[in-house]
This record gives sequence, structure tokens and C-alpha cells, in this order.
Amino acid sequence: MSENAVLQTALAILLLPIVSYVILFFFGKKLPRRGDWLGTGLLGVAWLLALRIFCHFWSVGDPQLRVHGAWPWLDLGGFRIDAGILVDGMTAVMLVVVTTISFFVHMFSIGYMHGDRRYERYFAFLGFFTFSMLGIVLSSSLFFLYVSWELVGLASYLLIGFFFHKPSAAAANKKAFLTNRVGDFGFFLGILTFFTVCGTLDYFELFAKVHQGAIGGALLTWAGIGLFMGCVGKSAQVPLHIWLPDAMEGPTPVSALIHAATMVAAGVYMVARLLPLFDPGALLVVAYTGAITAFLAATIAVVKTDIKKSLAYSTISQLGYMVMAIGVGGAAYGMFHLTTHAFFKALLFLGAGSVIHSVHSQEMPEMGGLRHKMPITFWTFLIATMAIAGVPLLSGFYSKDAILGAALSFGMLEGHFAPFLLALLAAGFTAFYMFRMVFLTFTGKPRDHHKWEHAHESPWVMAGPLVALAFLSIVSAGWRGPADGWFARFVAPYDMERVVARYGDAPAAQVAAVHETAAAHDVAEASGHGAPETHAAPETHATTDAHATTDAHDAHVEHVHHQAHLIAMFLSIAIAGLGILLSWLTYQKGRISAAAALARFPRVHNVLQNMYYFDEFYAATVYRGVLAWSRASGWFDRVVIDGIVNGCGYLTRFTSWVIGVFDLRGVDGAVNGVAWLMQGAGEGFRRVQTGRVQTYLVFVCFSVVLLIFVFRAL
Amino acid sequence: MNAGLEHFLTVGALLFGLGVFAVLTRRNAVGLLMGVELILNAANLNFAAFARYVEHGIDGQVLAAFVIVLAAAEAAVALAIVLAMFRNFGTVHVDAVDRLRR
Amino acid sequence: MSGDLAFYGFAALTVLSAFYVVFSRNIVHAGFSLLFTLFGVAGLYAMLAADFLAATQVIVYIGGVLVLILFTVMMTRIPRRGAGGRGLDRFVPAGVFALLLFALLYKVITGTPWAEKAPVSADPTTARLGASFLTDFVFPFEFVSLILLAAMIGAAILIRDRRPAADDGAGGAAAPTGEEERS
Repeated sequence: MSENAVLQTALAILLLPIVSYVILFFFGKKLPRRGDWLGTGLLGVAWLLALRIFCHFWSVGDPQLRVHGAWPWLDLGGFRIDAGILVDGMTAVMLVVVTTISFFVHMFSIGYMHGDRRYERYFAFLGFFTFSMLGIVLSSSLFFLYVSWELVGLASYLLIGFFFHKPSAAAANKKAFLTNRVGDFGFFLGILTFFTVCGTLDYFELFAKVHQGAIGGALLTWAGIGLFMGCVGKSAQVPLHIWLPDAMEGPTPVSALIHAATMVAAGVYMVARLLPLFDPGALLVVAYTGAITAFLAATIAVVKTDIKKSLAYSTISQLGYMVMAIGVGGAAYGMFHLTTHAFFKALLFLGAGSVIHSVHSQEMPEMGGLRHKMPITFWTFLIATMAIAGVPLLSGFYSKDAILGAALSFGMLEGHFAPFLLALLAAGFTAFYMFRMVFLTFTGKPRDHHKWEHAHESPWVMAGPLVALAFLSIVSAGWRGPADGWFARFVAPYDMERVVARYGDAPAAQVAAVHETAAAHDVAEASGHGAPETHAAPETHATTDAHATTDAHDAHVEHVHHQAHLIAMFLSIAIAGLGILLSWLTYQKGRISAAAALARFPRVHNVLQNMYYFDEFYAATVYRGVLAWSRASGWFDRVVIDGIVNGCGYLTRFTSWVIGVFDLRGVDGAVNGVAWLMQGAGEGFRRVQTGRVQTYLVFVCFSVVLLIFVFRAL
Repeated sequence: MNAGLEHFLTVGALLFGLGVFAVLTRRNAVGLLMGVELILNAANLNFAAFARYVEHGIDGQVLAAFVIVLAAAEAAVALAIVLAMFRNFGTVHVDAVDRLRR
Repeated sequence: MSGDLAFYGFAALTVLSAFYVVFSRNIVHAGFSLLFTLFGVAGLYAMLAADFLAATQVIVYIGGVLVLILFTVMMTRIPRRGAGGRGLDRFVPAGVFALLLFALLYKVITGTPWAEKAPVSADPTTARLGASFLTDFVFPFEFVSLILLAAMIGAAILIRDRRPAADDGAGGAAAPTGEEERS
């Protein structure tokens, strides 16, 4: 494929979903089957095109390959914005992830949404969302990134509130939208800062500027944190994670597509894409935010009984992993986890959707024993559970392991061990709550016989995507780590030297030096770990050469990484096994009583059940603060402003009274006098006006003759 | 006596006087209009005579042509007014139409 | 000498028929008489070497304006008693004024030393007129065309029957009531 062909294909992928949206929005009701085949079909085409790009990048196998096309979109002389499309390895992977999940969710929805009143509108919104998401993925400038960013927010709003007749859904989409505004505000400030200082919005021009030191110090740190706030909002990181569990009010396939696999991952993708704009200070914030999120969300997921809510917290937790991975210098690992997670989390949600569709309940205590009723759902759900729990040889194991290794080496090099420990604990909790979900839902005795009796396996349009996604959940990691497996053909950690060699000129490497080194060595190290002595990524040498003067230090770093990944691997297997074991003992064998544990630690349970009181905290601070501020403003309005206004009113009335008296006596007298005079004159002249044209003519002629004689006399 | 400028002007003056008289005395709006036409013709005749006998090139004829054109426009509008008047008041007598007075 | 004869002929035709126009009691007769007046003026134009004006006079006045006048006369009813109602109250002052005006004009005409030139041979003037229209007088020329357009539209609007057919059928009876009170 030539560069042009890649660009055109990418453009086609971008436009197909919006075509689906437009057609379904306007003509959906009139199409046969209300147009579901159209949306699904167009997405299928987009999926095939995405696979084509994917295969192209696979065959090239160079993470540095970039196809970048830009067209002037707005040109105001000195100020210019280009509409650009950027396709590189990361984009290629994301294209496949988004279109794959979107396609399967379309297909699944045919069964799930069957008979809904706004069936065609639902598919239209799915197309709209997919378009916006692809816009984020393909954009090559902050401007269009931000536009698409807000568009996915809108799509999310529309789809969360799809059942808007439910008050809880209406409240949830409002909450999601407003919470995202908070994050987007920071995001916008970050973009504005970069634009003001660097004067450009194009990714690579920005990278080059930052690399040359056009922006630095605290400003760069805060601008990076601003950008990261966008990620915090969109990817539901603490403290703005509160909207995601509520977003589960949307249809379950939507939860799978938007609130598990793609949109919430947009924040992660954004930070990974803009990594060169983050300095070490900002990245430290990123790392801690991610780790705390991963841990808190995992603990909450343990106590939730609503299957979708529990999965939502699981999603938040996994997103925390990805964010943390970027923060600790393993952006590629974060992206790798994003990819694998997209498949198995979409599968989990679709599986949950299949269960909900079958038993018409979301409460796990009302399920149980569905294993034989829904064998396909059970087995696929189990595969996804094992993948997310980190059972070896499944995709989740490789990605999570890479992240834990990166976090540990970060701790060993920088002294920040907290992210690693939190992430490790979160991994244990993840294994525990996921298997709890499986045991509560599928095994044991049915707890609600009525519901159990009516349960049934889902039709093939729903089961088909489950099987396909289960297959992808197993193989998507490819039995190798992200650094030496297939993923290395697509994404390498950002290599400043390369970026600058192509887009800039200054060789200074002051920005994020530590992290860049760490990231580069992660690659080298991970190669040793997965397949000894295969230095697969050639760009590693470039970085290594660039830092040749610090050879001794490098050797140390490499050693640390080697150790870290080994330790992390064993620890993660161990803690995942522990989690699974505990879960098995508690919910399958009944050796450990969950109720007894709860009774013993009522406070902990309360805190978890109430989700660490985040909502209450906001209610107590933000809402009350806003209300108090409103009251204060109201008081100010009533007392001060109204006082001034009323005072002006009294003053005006008094003045008017004075003027009125003067008017009545003085002015009116004069006016009436003039009028009286005029009336008298008019009465006199009236007699002249006969109303006959010819009389007037006589006057005219007479006057003319008179004038002539007058002038002759002169 | 050779016909010269003054002869033509005299004819024009006669026409003018007759036109004025018609305008002043005619009650019928159409007759009034005829008087106006006479006045205009008198003026035109003067223009043409001056163009012929006085050192001013052909400008007089040009102006006369303009007057003819304007007279045509005036006649069209005036007659339309007469018709409208007839439709609204049922008469074409100008002294019957003195609403302005009241 | 034949030119003089022609002048007097045309002048007589013009003035006499104009008298008839002014004094005729029958408006239709007056209209037809106006035809001769206009024709006489056209002849005078021809004698003044204004061939284009003469032709225009015939075409526009006789062919257009006069026809229009006659149409209007036909379309408005001729009042039976209207002819006789010409009272002295307006006849006398109007006659005085008209005579006064004529006397004045005649005094001016005869009393002014006109800067006469020798009459040149009567060439056709159409070409020179056309050139004048498009050079020195181009602005008035355009302006006049605009006025013609406005007059056309104005006439059409005035003549349009604004009210529905019911009122139209009433015809002259639609005169305002105040009319009778006054007269």
C-alpha cells in the first residue's frame, strides 16, 4: 500500500460510520428491518478496511512508520489549522480495536435491542459514536483531537440516556456529561497553554517545539497535568471516576462499546499519543493517579452485587492500570493492555448483557446456576474472566504482567514503590472479584428459580460475537510480551531522537530524559525476558547510542529491569492464584463465609459499598459549595443590586415629578399658546383652500404673472 | 412677411394661452389633460424654434424629445388616475373631487 | 414663398383646432380636434428642420397619447349636463389670465433682440440627435427611461382593480356619501 492508499483507506474507515449515522438518522424508520443491517454492514466494511491497514503495518513491521496527511482546514493568514490524518502503528492497532468491537457490538445489539421503540435511532447513535472515536484515533492535531473528544462525549451522553424515560438514566447521562466537563476544562486549558506558547496544534510540530525547549519548567508540568485532566475525566480516573458506574444505565452493548472498550480508553490513548508533551513531574502525577484508581476501583468491585456496576468498577480499575503504565514509562505496555482489555472487557459486558437479556435482572444474588442454561455465555465469560484475572497464556496475563514489571522497575529506579504495590494488590482483588462474579452468576444452586426457569441461551447474533471475542481474548496477546511479540511491530515507546530527526532539528534531549531512557530500556529488557538475546527493536540502539556516555548507568538500569520483570511475573501469578483460590473457597466451596467476613469488618464494607463516599464527598463540597455560592450571589443580587436599582427608580420618579410640573405649567402653556395661534391662522387660511384643483391653478398663474411684473419692475 | 423665429414663438404663445385657459376652465379631467398637452406642445414648439434659429446647436430638439417622452409618461399616469378617480368617485369632474378640503 | 404658405397653413390649423379643443362642449369632439392641433404642430416641426421631432410627434402623440385620451373618454361616462355647466365665475378670470399671459409672452417675444443665426439648410437631424442622446445627454436619457418604467408600473398599479368584483359591479354608485351632502 502506498501512503496515499493508506490515507484514503483511513478516511474511508472514518467516514463509513458517519454515513451509517446520517442514513439511519433520517431514513432508518423506512428501511427494511429498520436499518440494522445497514449500520452493521457499513461497520463490517470499515472493519475489513481497518484490517487491511493493520496487515500493511504488520508486513512493514516498523513502529516508526508514519503516514501523515494534512489539508488546510482554516487559514487566517498567520493562524492556520490543518485537518490531518495520522496513521502509524498505534493508530493501526486502535483502528482494528475500535472497528472490531464496534462491529461485534452492532451485531450483538441486533439481538439485544430487538423490538425497542427507537431501534434505528440506537444504531444511528452507535455509528455516530464510532465516527467520533475514529476521529480521536486518526487526528493529527490537538484541535481535531479535542473536537472528536467532545463528540464522543456527546455520543456517550446520548447513549447513556438512551432509555431517557427512566429518571436514573436521565440523571446518569447528565452526571457523565458534567463530570466530563470538569476534566475537559483542564484538557482545554492544557491545549491552550501549548498553543499559546508553541503556536501550533500539530502533534509533531509540538513535539519538536517541546524538545527544543520552547516550553519548560513548571509551565510544562502544569500544561501536561491539564492534558491529563482530560484523560482523568474521559477515562474515569480518581477523582472523576464517579460517572462511569452510573453510565451503566445505558444499554449493555453500549456499555461494552463505549464504557469498557473504546471511549474510556480514549484518555489512555491520548496520553500515550502525546507522551512527549509530559515531563517527569506530570508523569509522576499520572502514575499515582492510575495506581490509586486501579486499587480503589478494584476494592469497590469486590462488594458490588449488580453485575454491570461490578464490571464498571473493574473497567475503572483496568483503566487505572493503563494510565499507571504510561506514568511509569511503559506507554507501549499501557497501549498493549488497552488492546487486550478492549477484547476481554467487551466480551465480559456482552456476556453480562446476554445474562441480563436472559434473566431480566442485573443483581447477581438473583442469578446462579446459569451454567447449563447458557453454556456458550458461560464458557466465553469464563475465558474473559481468566484473561482479566491474569491466568497465564491468556492475553490479559501478558499485558498486565508487562505493566507490573514496568511499575516495579520504576519503583526500584526512582524509589516510588507505591504504584507497584497498589497495582499488585489490585491484581489480587481483580482475580477475586472476577471469579466471584463467575461463581455467583453461573455456578452453584439457582437462587431465584423463577428467573432460572425462564433463562435461555441467546440467539446466534448475540452468541456469535461472544465466541469471536473469546477467541480474540485468548490470542490477542500472541503468547509474547508487548516488547517482543506482534505488538512491537506496531508500537515502540516514543523515541524522541526519531521524532526530532523527522520533525525537528535541535538535538537536545532534556525532556523526559529519565523516562525515555527507562522506556527504551524496558524494550531492551523485555526482549531479554520474553525471548533471550533477541534485540528486536532496532530503534533501541539509537537511544542507547545517544546515551552512550552513561553506559554504566545503563547497565544498572538494564539489570534492574530484568530483575523487576521476573519478580513481577512471579508475584502477579502468585497473587492472581491467591485471589482465585480465595474466591473459589468463599463462593464455590463455602469454606469462607462472605457474610461472616462482612460482619467482622462492617466499616470496611460500608466504605466499599458506598464507593469511598466519593459521591457524598462531592455532595458535601462541590454541590453545597455551589449552592452556598448561589445563595450568596442571590443575596447580593436581591440586596445590593436591587437596592441600587430601586434607588435609581426612586430618584428617577422624583426627577420626573419635578419635570412633570414644569412641563404642565411651562411647556404645555407655551405649546398650547402656539397651537391656539396656529388654529386661528389655520381658520383664516382655511377659507383659501377650496379643494378644487383649478382654483389652485388660478393662484399659481396669478403668482407667476405677479412675479414677472415684480422682476421687470426691479 | 417671411416666417421667422418670432412667428413660431407667437404660435407657441397662442397655444400656451389656450392651454392655460383650458386647464383653468375645463371641469372634465380629460379636458384638463388636453390643456396640459397643449401647453407642453407650445413649449416644444419654442424649443424646436430656438434650436433652428438660435446659435445653440441641436440641444433644443433633444430637450423637445425628452418632453415628448415625459408627456407620454405623464399622460399614461394621469389617465390612469382619471380612471381610478372615475372608479372611486363615479365622476371625472375635478371640482367634484375635493376631499382634501374636508 | 411656398415655405411661408406652409407655415401659415400649419399655424392656422394648429391654432384654430386648439381653439376648438378649448371651447368645444363635447369632450369627444375636443379630443378629435386635438388630433389636428398635434398634427399641425408636427408640421411646424417639419418646417423647423426637426424631422425626427415631427415623426415622434406623430407617433407618440397622435398614435399613443391621443388614443389613450380617447379611450379614457370612452371609458368614463360623459356627463349630460356637464357641457353647459361652465359658469362665468371661472370663465372670466380664466380668460383674463390667459389673455394676460399671452400678452406678456407676446411682448417678450417681440421685445427681445434674439441672437438669430442664418437658417442652415434642413439636413436630417436624426443622426445628430442620436449622438447627442448618447454623449452629452446620456444621463437624462437613462433617467427618462427610468421614469418611463416607473410611470408604466405606476399606471398599472393605479388602474388595477383593488377591490373584489362586488364593488366593481356597483360602478359609479360607489361614490362616497359625503359627496351628496356637500353639493
